[in-house]
Amino acid sequence: MILVLVETSLEGEAVEVSREAVTFARALSAAGGDRPIDAVTVGEPSADLVATLASYGVRRVHALTGDAFTSYAGAAWASGLISVQEQTGADLVMAAGTPRGNEVMAHVAARTDVAMAANVLAFEGLDPFVVTRQVVGGAALEEMRLGDRVAVLTVAGHAVEPRRAETPGAGELVVETPSIAEADLVARVVSTDEPEPDLSGALTSSRVVVGAGRGAGSADGFTDLLELTDLLGASLGVSRVVTSLGWRPHHEQVGQTGSRISPDLYIPCGISGAIQHWAGCASSKTILAVNTDVDAPMVTKATYAVIGDLHEVVPAINAEIRRRRG
Amino acid sequence: MVDVLVCVKRVVDSSSEVVLTDDAQAVDGRYAGFTMSAHEECAVELAVRAAADAGTTRVVTLGDEDAVEQLRHALAVGCSEATHVVADSSAFGPADVAREMAAVARDHDSQLVLLGNDAADSGDFQVGIRLAYALGWPVINGVSTVTVADGTVTASGTGPEGHETYEVPLPAVVTVLEGGVEPRYPTVTGRMKAKKVQIEEREPTTAPTGPSRVRLLLPPPAPSDVQILGNGPEAAPAVVDVLEQLGVLAR
Ligand SMILES: Cc1cc2nc3c(=O)[nH]c(=O)nc-3n(C[C@H](O)[C@H](O)[C@H](O)COP(=O)(O)OP(=O)(O)OC[C@H]3O[C@@H](n4cnc5c(N)ncnc54)[C@H](O)[C@@H]3O)c2cc1C
Ligand SMILES: Nc1ncnc2c1ncn2[C@@H]1O[C@H](COP(=O)(O)O)[C@@H](O)[C@H]1O
Repeated sequence: MILVLVETSLEGEAVEVSREAVTFARALSAAGGDRPIDAVTVGEPSADLVATLASYGVRRVHALTGDAFTSYAGAAWASGLISVQEQTGADLVMAAGTPRGNEVMAHVAARTDVAMAANVLAFEGLDPFVVTRQVVGGAALEEMRLGDRVAVLTVAGHAVEPRRAETPGAGELVVETPSIAEADLVARVVSTDEPEPDLSGALTSSRVVVGAGRGAGSADGFTDLLELTDLLGASLGVSRVVTSLGWRPHHEQVGQTGSRISPDLYIPCGISGAIQHWAGCASSKTILAVNTDVDAPMVTKATYAVIGDLHEVVPAINAEIRRRRG
Repeated sequence: MVDVLVCVKRVVDSSSEVVLTDDAQAVDGRYAGFTMSAHEECAVELAVRAAADAGTTRVVTLGDEDAVEQLRHALAVGCSEATHVVADSSAFGPADVAREMAAVARDHDSQLVLLGNDAADSGDFQVGIRLAYALGWPVINGVSTVTVADGTVTASGTGPEGHETYEVPLPAVVTVLEGGVEPRYPTVTGRMKAKKVQIEEREPTTAPTGPSRVRLLLPPPAPSDVQILGNGPEAAPAVVDVLEQLGVLAR
């Protein structure tokens, strides 16, 4: 049996990467044993959420409820998951490779004393169970063996497309109120501040992102880029060079150690496309790069490119947009 | 006063092309050079600040002889002591590393251990959490600010619903994400001081069980099918045509 931790949005919907994880679980199930898939949610799920998960092939939704789950504590979530794992005899526990997903799975693996594979992209075989996962920020892959009685893994974002099942699952709801030890609640979120407007939340959900790298030249080099951002109703994303030089705040950083974006269009200007930056923008649908160097990795990986100085190209684009809007 | 331990790993600088060793068990750093990961640079900075009220900051690494370079760097930016567990880090899995770090924390009576959220090479996302269980301490994961006062560590970072804050009594483990502090650069006097520090050398406490690695491989290079829209500002109309086609211009 496969157990998938499903994370929910503020609106109570299953987040996309969790639906991807369930889709990945179905592929594992189909490859051998037709193992049933159960989901674990935190907090009582809406009927809609249960129905969605059923449409993704989930047999049973275990909802972790009670005082221990009103604010986030990684150890408490793991303890709740393990109680469901023991009850159901699941031999695979997994989550999406989000900050929470990786954290909770690491707790589960440490407590059960088994290995954990983070950011899995695919599986090579079931017997032995070998997975391929992202390492070095996506610049390399690792084939890793998960031979333990319980396999623990997280699925890298966008490793698979989220797809509903041909045959839906039963989607039975089981409300669980496991008892959680005090020690598992010591490290618990004590307060959450609403994100300021236009923090990375906007960046990760924007349809269009304008990117800026070292090519911007200085903290004063963003005027035209911000105007383009504004004209397109886009968000600004930047490279680490830009944040480490203090030109822009860190919450705008895209990449391995910044936000991961998946807009319809990404317009990286003066960004070379180092693998750590690419890790954050690889799932953009279309990339239109502006760069002086025709051989920059960002240019060769892009769908479209303009070769030139962004300080000349971007103002010309802005002027053309204004001209066409009349 | 708090004695802080901060764990750093010597990793290949992967900002340029990544090359694998012949046995495909590690990334080859012969051409690229070595560094510590960005998260750990911030962990070092936070550790130095946390111990500023007269506590000590010990930096530890498990790595080969050359990993001394990363220890000296951390000493040069303000760590006061260093421990080197001399071993081939690629033969150690995350549980092995956590066990060795726990032994160092115990032997030096550390009250706070800081690590990176994930190592830049192996990216296991788990050493800090395993370490917390090995020590029987609480762990705060993936935060970017850390302060200590009156025996309590307060830490915060970005969560899915906003900026989240934790408050946990010491002793505790905290794993750090880049972004909350600006790591300082070593000064000349910092480097001089770092050279004089006697680094404690240790052997691993037990033989490692190893990572569960079969092999590393490089992703196939994506063929380029970029369409060059033009050179310089003359390309603007072609760009805006594309924006129109993609439907991102409508407003
Ligand atoms: C552990 C680790 C984590 C990292 N995490 C991240 C991360 O999250 N995000 C990230 O971005 N990086 C990250 N990096 C850094 C990354 O390796 C690169 O150093 C960084 O992305 C480079 O930024 P850049 O493209 O702006 O600068 P550069 O690599 O210097 O590239 C500048 C580009 O701009 C072009 N250019 C210059 N002038 C102009 C001009 N006037 N007009 C147009 N084009 C011009 C150049 O041709 C070049 O292609 C990380 C590195 C490590 C080791
Ligand atoms: N060999 C090592 N020596 C010291 N610290 C390490 C070592 N390996 C991992 N760490 C620490 O553990 C963190 C998480 O690593 P990982 O779980 O492997 O992604 C890193 O950011 C380091 O702070």
